[in-house]
Amino acid sequence: MSYTFGQEQLDGIEDVLQQDLIDIGVSCVFIIDMAGNIIANRDNGESQHDVYSLAALAAGNFGAVSAMAKIIGEGEFSLLFHKGVKENIHFNKIVSEFLMITIFSNDISLGFLRLKVNEAVEKIKTALGATEVP
Amino acid sequence: MAFVNPKKKEVQVKIVYYGPGRGGKTTNLEYIYDKFSSRIKTEMVTIKTHGDRTLFFDFLPFDIGKVNGYDVKIQLYTVPGQVKYNATRRLVLRGVDGMVFVADAMAVRREKNILSLKNLQENLANYKRSIFKVPMVLQYNKVDLAEQGIPILPVETLEQDLNAKLKTASFPASALMGTNVVATLKKIISLTMASIVKDLK
Repeated sequence: MSYTFGQEQLDGIEDVLQQDLIDIGVSCVFIIDMAGNIIANRDNGESQHDVYSLAALAAGNFGAVSAMAKIIGEGEFSLLFHKGVKENIHFNKIVSEFLMITIFSNDISLGFLRLKVNEAVEKIKTALGATEVP
Repeated sequence: MAFVNPKKKEVQVKIVYYGPGRGGKTTNLEYIYDKFSSRIKTEMVTIKTHGDRTLFFDFLPFDIGKVNGYDVKIQLYTVPGQVKYNATRRLVLRGVDGMVFVADAMAVRREKNILSLKNLQENLANYKRSIFKVPMVLQYNKVDLAEQGIPILPVETLEQDLNAKLKTASFPASALMGTNVVATLKKIISLTMASIVKDLK
């Protein structure tokens, strides 16, 4: 479970987050590992979220939902979506150790967001050099 | 494992407070949060049931400054102590860098401490980690209850029960009064940082 990233790799990942997600209007996006550490994050400059607490809770949430999946005979649920009045949260697994969390307002449709998240995830997998299929 | 970010020059360190239910893990974090509130920028996150027990975990992040040029972010977690929440405990242990085992010094809880420590060993083994290799500090909490006439285990007994093999630092403490809470924290931070400092080149 031990891993390291180089600066170039992190630059590449943050560029993807910026161009594919923040530039289309997502307010905040971050990549975490399953222990709740933040690997990379980007926001639109207005979002004031406490990303460290969000990361800890998101990792816990994803773990809890994965345990639920196993009980009903699914290996896991690879994406989760929480709908709010103004802001929504979308979770997408990248590879077994990493998750992408996206916070976005109702100005972006869920379908469009999912499309862009999928594109970004594919690029990040390449940046990670990951061959593992989620 | 501690996550080292070479781009931001930042390292995130996960320290988990483990131990039997109602032993004072959350109380430790609450004391730290109160004591250092001026230096902790965020709210403490806590997920409790109605009975005031930790359902999932508590989470308290804070910065301790720079080590080898890296900003060190300490993230304190607690686990739910009740036996039935083992799946949650296991989740929280993922990627742990340092542990505080909060034992309950009340004589009636002797068995629960031993079982909880054994449970910790099993859960770490699940991640292929050894309880003897993860930095750990023991805390014998609630020693102040002796003043109220409540039977408390002597430190020698607690050492024999819990620390005979681990042979690590231990502190008699009162999380409620704050006795040795900060000493415990400082010790685990220094042990944990010593174990990961080799990664900070």
